Amino acid sequence: MINIYEVNETNKMIEEQNLDVRTITLGISLLDCASDDLSRLCDNIYNKITTVAKDLVSVGRDIELEFGIPIVNKRISVTPISLVGASAAHSSDDFVKIALTLNDAAKTVGVNFLGGYSALVSKGMTSADRYLIESIPDALAKTALICSSVNVGSTRCGIDMDAVRLMGRIIKETSEKSDMGCAKLVVFCNAPDDNPFMAGAFCGVTEGDAVINVGVSGPGVVKRAVEKTKGESFEVLCETIKKTAFKVTRVGQLVAREASNRLNIPFGIVDLSLAPTPAVGDSVADILCAMGLEQAGAPGTTAALALLNDQVKKGGVMASSYVGGLSGAFIPVSEDRGMIEAASTGALTLEKLEAMTCVCSVGLDMIAIPGDTSAATISGIIADEMAIGMINSKTTAVRLCPAKGRKVGDTVEYGGLFGESPVMAVNQFSCEEFINRKGRIPSPIHSFRN
Amino acid sequence: MKKSVITVVGKDTVGIIAKVCTYLANNRINILDISQTIVSGYFNMMMVVDMNDSAKPFADISSELEQIGEEIGVVIHCQREEIFESMHRI
Repeated sequence: MINIYEVNETNKMIEEQNLDVRTITLGISLLDCASDDLSRLCDNIYNKITTVAKDLVSVGRDIELEFGIPIVNKRISVTPISLVGASAAHSSDDFVKIALTLNDAAKTVGVNFLGGYSALVSKGMTSADRYLIESIPDALAKTALICSSVNVGSTRCGIDMDAVRLMGRIIKETSEKSDMGCAKLVVFCNAPDDNPFMAGAFCGVTEGDAVINVGVSGPGVVKRAVEKTKGESFEVLCETIKKTAFKVTRVGQLVAREASNRLNIPFGIVDLSLAPTPAVGDSVADILCAMGLEQAGAPGTTAALALLNDQVKKGGVMASSYVGGLSGAFIPVSEDRGMIEAASTGALTLEKLEAMTCVCSVGLDMIAIPGDTSAATISGIIADEMAIGMINSKTTAVRLCPAKGRKVGDTVEYGGLFGESPVMAVNQFSCEEFINRKGRIPSPIHSFRN
Repeated sequence: MKKSVITVVGKDTVGIIAKVCTYLANNRINILDISQTIVSGYFNMMMVVDMNDSAKPFADISSELEQIGEEIGVVIHCQREEIFESMHRI
């Protein structure tokens, strides 16, 4: 039987080290909602979401109460809307109407966010994909709960540079139309179908009718464990991270199974990511510092992050029957107190962050850049990040927030889990001619594995 | 049988166990195991209980125990045992 020390250890993780389940995300396939009539499509979407997800929030609350573990977010991901709306939506305005319907449905069921206002265009864009992408600035300005993502590349297909060029302009327009829009917009390479984390969650076409995916968290717990290994060897450090990741992931697995049973919806995956928040003691950068770096961004940061990312996976994989999503360590700037500090003091630059994305689970995340950064430069940053993903067969993503009217050194406040970010410097040399080339970058040689 | 774990943490005082056990008895909750320590003057108790015969829903028991804790100046949590089992047992 369980003993008092084990009980105290678990409760300390929850009460003092911010252990929580970051999200229960209910993936809902909207493929059967498709219609060639826009209002019928919107009705179908609203009815399906409000039926399938009607108990999601209350079940989440029950689990929180019974197990004493906070579940910070209850979210929904849906089939990429460019597919669902393809035959009904004939303009960007039509897609905005679908976004408003999704927002209403999300409000009705009481979830924190709904993701899947997305297009998958790694090889080319249909006219529906193009309409949806063009509608993103308006859709995100007119809704509060909708998250959008565009997958512009993959290891198998290469990178659609026409989409990369378009997304540079769309990100810029989104930042001009709303303060928070860009925080809800991600550009992906190799986007997974079962990611429970926002802003990039969507329910992939490989999924069933509905699926429960759970994202765990726990940077504070890992940091506390790492602090106890001061002066010890890498072997001890790695073992410590693995054991801690195992414990954290087991809680995620338990919550995922319970939610799946209670909602009578199949369990998909646990995403064993270390997801930071702006709260004190909930920072991935602080883990790197506990390993022995003065600040995140110092020489050694990429190695420390690679070690962390790998040990989190090794510990977590055995703790869950199905692992998926992004799984690893997130390195958003604005959502992580240690990263904010490192960026403010100049220890962390955009280029160092790019290097870190080669070994972490996602990419350039929640970074404020000067408002006058050109669309071509934003596209250039996206292209670099997509190339890292394509060549290394990993998911990479870009969530950049051009800060209207701000320059390097200013601070932008996003509030809540989005935190705040210093505006970071962007390389001033032009890439316009490169970005203006038409077409796509072919898939790399090692993608031909058949 | 669904087991739950009740933890009581706070400044040591007379009658903590008595208060909690009286409540449990009145609500037909069976105690399977108790362990208790005092860590630097702080009372620290854990009980494993079986709530199957209790007529009250879990949420009510949990909030009433919390209230009793407030009355006697300690923090009482009630959680399903699985969270500890899953974290500490393979």
